[in-house]
Amino acid sequence: MTLLLQYTLIFSSVLLLVALGGCFAEHSGVINLGLEGIMVIGALGGALVMRYMPLSVAPIVMVLGTIIGAVAFGVIYASLLGVACINFWADQTIVGTALNMLGTAAATVFVKAINTAANPNDVSSVIQYIEPKKRFLVNIAGFEFNWFMLVAVIALIVAYVVLYKTKFGLRLMACGEHPQAADSVGINVHKMRWAGVLISGVYGGLGGITYILAGVSEWKFENGVAGFGFLALAVMIFGQWKPTRIALAALLFGLFRALSNVYMGFDFLYNLNIPSTVYNMMPYIVSLVVLAFTSKNSRAPKAEGIPYDKGQR
Amino acid sequence: MKKNFWKRPAVQALTASLICIVLGLLIGYIVLLFINPAGAGKAILAVVKNFLNSSRANLRMKNFGNTLVKTAPLLMCSLSVLFAYKVGLFNIGAAGQFVVGSCACLISSLSWGWSWLPCLLFTILVGAVYGAIVGLLKSYCNVNEVISGIMLNWIGLYTTNMILNSVKEPTSPYTLHVTSEAPQALLPTLGMGELFSGNKYVSIAIPLSIILAIIILILLDKTKLGYELKATGNNRNAAKYAGMAEKRNIILTLAIAGALAALGGAFLYQTDYEQWSVTQSSVPGMGFNGIAAAFLGGLNPIGTIFASYFIQHITNGGGYVDLTMYSSQISDLISSLIIYLCGFVLFIKYAMNKRIAKTEERRAQREKTVPAEAGKGGDGK
Repeated sequence: MTLLLQYTLIFSSVLLLVALGGCFAEHSGVINLGLEGIMVIGALGGALVMRYMPLSVAPIVMVLGTIIGAVAFGVIYASLLGVACINFWADQTIVGTALNMLGTAAATVFVKAINTAANPNDVSSVIQYIEPKKRFLVNIAGFEFNWFMLVAVIALIVAYVVLYKTKFGLRLMACGEHPQAADSVGINVHKMRWAGVLISGVYGGLGGITYILAGVSEWKFENGVAGFGFLALAVMIFGQWKPTRIALAALLFGLFRALSNVYMGFDFLYNLNIPSTVYNMMPYIVSLVVLAFTSKNSRAPKAEGIPYDKGQR
Repeated sequence: MKKNFWKRPAVQALTASLICIVLGLLIGYIVLLFINPAGAGKAILAVVKNFLNSSRANLRMKNFGNTLVKTAPLLMCSLSVLFAYKVGLFNIGAAGQFVVGSCACLISSLSWGWSWLPCLLFTILVGAVYGAIVGLLKSYCNVNEVISGIMLNWIGLYTTNMILNSVKEPTSPYTLHVTSEAPQALLPTLGMGELFSGNKYVSIAIPLSIILAIIILILLDKTKLGYELKATGNNRNAAKYAGMAEKRNIILTLAIAGALAALGGAFLYQTDYEQWSVTQSSVPGMGFNGIAAAFLGGLNPIGTIFASYFIQHITNGGGYVDLTMYSSQISDLISSLIIYLCGFVLFIKYAMNKRIAKTEERRAQREKTVPAEAGKGGDGK
């Protein structure tokens, strides 16, 4: 049971972080379909820090360093989306898809290059972080607390406060609802959209590093992040673009994702004799069903996906 | 006055695609330089040359055949993406439809012993149903087709692995060879392999895929159905107002798109060029490369034929780089860069048109101020 709770919380943290990233981008008016790619690159940034930072440093330095690495990589990568979609009116769906493919391909090429340079016989795309990973975990009576669970909670509070309680957040949301109106009262729409995209880079990067630290202690970058960026978008839609509801949705999805890791531990689930692939499929099936019921009355930002054109009425 | 050469849409689309290719290769080259400056030039040449890397002529033809064998399924996937995009839908689910297509043709041939034509028809049916799910969710539940497509990609992958587990080789994770276990299901080759130094994988899949591209072109541009579908894509509500069944059109579009991508699976696995691995944990890249090919081809079925060949050409070319220095994924990197750059096509065309307008204006002004020179100027450029 503790194991189930542990996995649910860590996977929910991943989904929550990434979905909040999507939420910021969409509230500013940009659909960020590239979250999956941003997660991969963020994970790469964090994994590189873990690989190259000496193990002798204090745990807190390791944790902060990894977070900074992931965030920096995520933000830089998200700016590719920003340039194309905000400054060059590119189709956001194409660019997002390209970023997803580019993320996995670039990370694979990069990690393989590092591995081969270190050892000519090593052509794998794996980064190991068994020792550094221990710095992120605190064992409380059998429950492995991961610092990223705390990060996710803080990120949720920050997102809520920024979006609803600050001038910046309200302006950001105005740009996603009616950019022309926002512009008419002196808000710089391009700047706000850039802010939304870059914040989604921060959250996406954090989500990426959390994901690869969730269950394993090495990551094969060829595999990408198995559709988690899109699951997060489903979480965001289910949460109706509101941070608190997104958090609840993330918990539900996290539970289904965790089941595939730990269902063996439950006698009644084990005795049902359902093949493990069915559990692997669960999160995707659940998200399809949930989306089918919740998308009808979508409260999506009205101007999302449309490049801002000053001359348009 | 003659129409400016650079103003023709086809010329602009081709120029934009070429710019994307050149920039994509250039950035790929820069990445290689960063990894290891010593062999970067050689590696990028190896990617571009593909089968021309082989020293002997008959081996070259054989490898050219192999590239074509994989171009056919890629072309089907990119036609699937293109067809849906013309109707305003982004069919990222092509990857999953390709997967269930592979599943359908392998199970019907290996397990049920069907011959090739029924296998193809069954594959088409399965793909159409799988695509229609996305369409149903889109038209009746307003589910974004990109997200439902991705979810169905993963569901399709896991289901396929589970089903094909029954026809795999006992000692390996790969499915049985179609050549030995179900020769009746192999696509007819019509002796085309002889043209490619006896490449036995070259089959009717290649001409069929090109014919299908032409059919798609005709369907979209010359038929009432194509007009209705495109109208639905442009404005769903206007189409409804004009008396078109907009819900049916969306479902039909995705069913056709699904059938096309699924057929791609049959075109690959019914030649026995590859075996399906039931332990694979990521969705095959064929469907995603189809997106690259569709956009690189300027969203024109004929352009897509060439673009698909190009993408497959560099993907195969990735296998020729010096693996002690670089990885073959460099070609994935280049093709994803090309898709990214395709996002800028709108801007490239805008910049071109602006330039043309400027030069024309300048010329018009010159002709006005110096009427004597007008005869000489003409439309030379």
